[in-house]
Amino acid sequence: MTDTVVATPDPAERAPPDGALTLAGRSIGDLIYRGLTTVFAVAIPVLLAFITFEVVAAAWPALRQFGFGFLTSSTWDAVRGQFGAAPMIYGTVVSSILALILAAPLALGVAIFLSEFSPRWLRQPLSFLVDLLAAIPSVVYGLWGMFVLLPILRESVMPFLRDTLGLGRTPFFSGPAYGNSMLAAAVILAIMILPYISAVSREVLMAVPRSQREAALAMGATKWEMIRDAVIPYARSGILGGVILGLGRALGETMAVTMLIGNRHEISPSLFAPGYTLASVIANEFAEATTVLHTSALMACGAVLLVVTLVVNAIARWLVWSVAREPKS
Amino acid sequence: MTDVVTRLKPPPVVQASTREAPHESRPRIVVRNLDALFGTHRAVRDVTIDFPDGQVTAIIGPSGCGKSTLLRCLNRMHETVPLARVNGEVLLDGKDLYARGVNPIEVRRHIGVVFQRPTPFPTMSIRDNVAAGLRAGTRDRPSRKREDEIVEESLRWAGLWEEVRDRLRDSATALSGGQQQRLCIARALATRPSVILLDEPTASLDPLSTQKVEELVHTLRGSVTVIIVTHNMQQAARVSDRTAFMLLGELVETGPTTGLFTTPRDSRTEDYITGRFG
Amino acid sequence: MISRARPPVPRRRSVARRRATNVVMIALMALAAVFATLPLILLLIHLLREGASSIDLAFFTQMPKPVGETGGGMANAIVGTLILVSIAASIGLPVGMGAGLYLAEQRGARLATSVRFLSDVLNGMPSIVMGIFAWHFLVRPVGHFSALAGGVALGAMMIPLVTRATEEMVRTVPTALREAALALGYPRWRTSVAIVLRTALPGIVTAALVAIARIAGETAPLLFTAFGNHFWSTSIDQPIASLPHQIYTYAKSPYDDWHRLAWAGALVLIALVLVISLLARFVTRSKHGGVGD
Repeated sequence: MTDTVVATPDPAERAPPDGALTLAGRSIGDLIYRGLTTVFAVAIPVLLAFITFEVVAAAWPALRQFGFGFLTSSTWDAVRGQFGAAPMIYGTVVSSILALILAAPLALGVAIFLSEFSPRWLRQPLSFLVDLLAAIPSVVYGLWGMFVLLPILRESVMPFLRDTLGLGRTPFFSGPAYGNSMLAAAVILAIMILPYISAVSREVLMAVPRSQREAALAMGATKWEMIRDAVIPYARSGILGGVILGLGRALGETMAVTMLIGNRHEISPSLFAPGYTLASVIANEFAEATTVLHTSALMACGAVLLVVTLVVNAIARWLVWSVAREPKS
Repeated sequence: MTDVVTRLKPPPVVQASTREAPHESRPRIVVRNLDALFGTHRAVRDVTIDFPDGQVTAIIGPSGCGKSTLLRCLNRMHETVPLARVNGEVLLDGKDLYARGVNPIEVRRHIGVVFQRPTPFPTMSIRDNVAAGLRAGTRDRPSRKREDEIVEESLRWAGLWEEVRDRLRDSATALSGGQQQRLCIARALATRPSVILLDEPTASLDPLSTQKVEELVHTLRGSVTVIIVTHNMQQAARVSDRTAFMLLGELVETGPTTGLFTTPRDSRTEDYITGRFG
Repeated sequence: MISRARPPVPRRRSVARRRATNVVMIALMALAAVFATLPLILLLIHLLREGASSIDLAFFTQMPKPVGETGGGMANAIVGTLILVSIAASIGLPVGMGAGLYLAEQRGARLATSVRFLSDVLNGMPSIVMGIFAWHFLVRPVGHFSALAGGVALGAMMIPLVTRATEEMVRTVPTALREAALALGYPRWRTSVAIVLRTALPGIVTAALVAIARIAGETAPLLFTAFGNHFWSTSIDQPIASLPHQIYTYAKSPYDDWHRLAWAGALVLIALVLVISLLARFVTRSKHGGVGD
């Protein structure tokens, strides 16, 4: 040995083990640790239940007063105390679905490009950019939407759709085009949910085993055919889950929508017409709600939104978990 | 590989006579009728064995024979795996480690372990890694100065001091594999345990580091009881006073190393040693 | 799993046609990528153009001026955001890390599986619903808005993010490390906290920073909890301004000068989010870079 040995370790220096070994009982630190972490973990379902309780309690006066009619009535009269959420439900559903129609193909296209076609040097920066879309706050989207997107829609896109394409003859593109509209809301929502759908799709696509791809290529398929016939079918559930996840996000979006949708209690088939969503009515009217009933009606919109998002997100999670992704537990 | 062998101590036959001396074979650890189970699978079956004080005992056997599991029972590490159970007795200086009321944490503080792969704590410096065992409890912590002394001593014994004396504050992960393993040995020695368990400590090491570790085992003989699990029979022959051979969870044979390797009593032992299986 | 690929059908379509389709599809995908990133680039460019000129020292140090007067800043909103984030983090971080540790160590236990699932459900809650919860719980009973209510709403939003990150990071710590600590005589709790958690900390810090960046930009939960404040306030018990809320108020207003401030505020907010994200990445890299594994 090159090192000088000081002295061989002499275990007798320490207190003999006899006494210490008979220490009884569990460590108190362990009990505290276990208790604390359990409490914090249980806090989550408790919080969820608590949130549901509080929201329903806030909505109760209105729900009790209007019952099921709340969901079907279109009247919203603060003076007379009549409130109905039908336009908001309609607006939430239409804007979200429209956003999905716009975003899903794009998101899937981006995901496929990133996972299959993208040159290596482009992959990192491009996915970073797409993910950055998700980091931008809703209010900033709304700001940009108000001052940039709306003029573009009003002055270029809407006239194009209405006149050049002649769609103005259909009820879906009729009426005055001021900009604030269901269409505007759908577009901004599409931009906002695109990164979520894309991220999930990308993960799911990358999880498709090589054997699937190679089998297709070995049979002479082109790259696109391989994707269409081997990769996408395998990843189908996961992609669907990602899409539904995007839907869940779109349903709950507040700020950008309220800045672009026009805030009108009206159901109209035209995409050019203003509308309302469950989230944006709360954001918009809360400050001016003077009566308890009005406030409660707004909260009731929130309760409806809560239930809808819960269901949609549960479905999305289940779809994503049960497929290409490894189950988390 | 050959020059390592020639530089090591002379072959076992000569060794035997110089080894028998100082300590009487008063057993430090006594194992009686030990069963170790994973759920319903018995990995260690009814093993009874003595580990003499101050001597080096090697446990050999083919993969899956239960030697590592037996080792882990000695410091109550086996039970940290879910569904693991132990039946039987393990006596350290006459006290049953598995008696009711015995705190496994205390047991582990009295017995040092070195595992097969080096496991330095990545967030700690070299110095803090060595001292980690000293800080395991909340009572009886040595002073900073005393800690420094212990760290230096332990690193010297592990043969690592000269290489790291100038960079004690560096992260432990900056060391090579062989250095990391010696660091783990220093860490185990820092608490001055009376028993040290080595679970294939040189399996992932280069020959030079292996040699240093074996030299360390030689140094420990006499004052520390060493139990070393190894799949390398030559290593067992080089470093140990006694050897135990295990097969399929059973203890087949135990005896002085030279005797076991030259004239094994059991035919299974002979088959293993001569390389017929394993 | 057997391949579901359909064999190519050479008789119906010529190879050349299929190749052409392939190229068209690739082009379409690339186009999709361009379209997807286009709004982002447009947005950032516009932000810089409109907002950069309004960013000066006054923006960070001055209060908003009354309507009609030019100049002024968003000092109160910036401070407000910092206070709200602090309150939120003081709730979200401990609960999230504790729950994450529980999930990582209990793995497949029934309670753990349920908590994991419900944490994801909580994550999907619309932020405005969080605001309703905090309003009914903390504002209505006391009769006035408060920074505390806003912080609680944001904190509740942080919990699932931190929980998931903690669980994932703790899972990456090798069992051998835990065993080494136990073998030295560390009690279970100290092994979990002083060894395992500490090793996983860089990843957790990253995720925490990302979560903070996300809630710093939230407006909806603050609309009827923190409520916004035109004056200077740092009290937890009173309404408080915040950057996103201020941007919203100014954007909605009819005054050009306030619009200008809104753009500047948006630029600062984006910069904040970007800086925190980059900081998070830096933290992870500096802990792992140069240290061999």
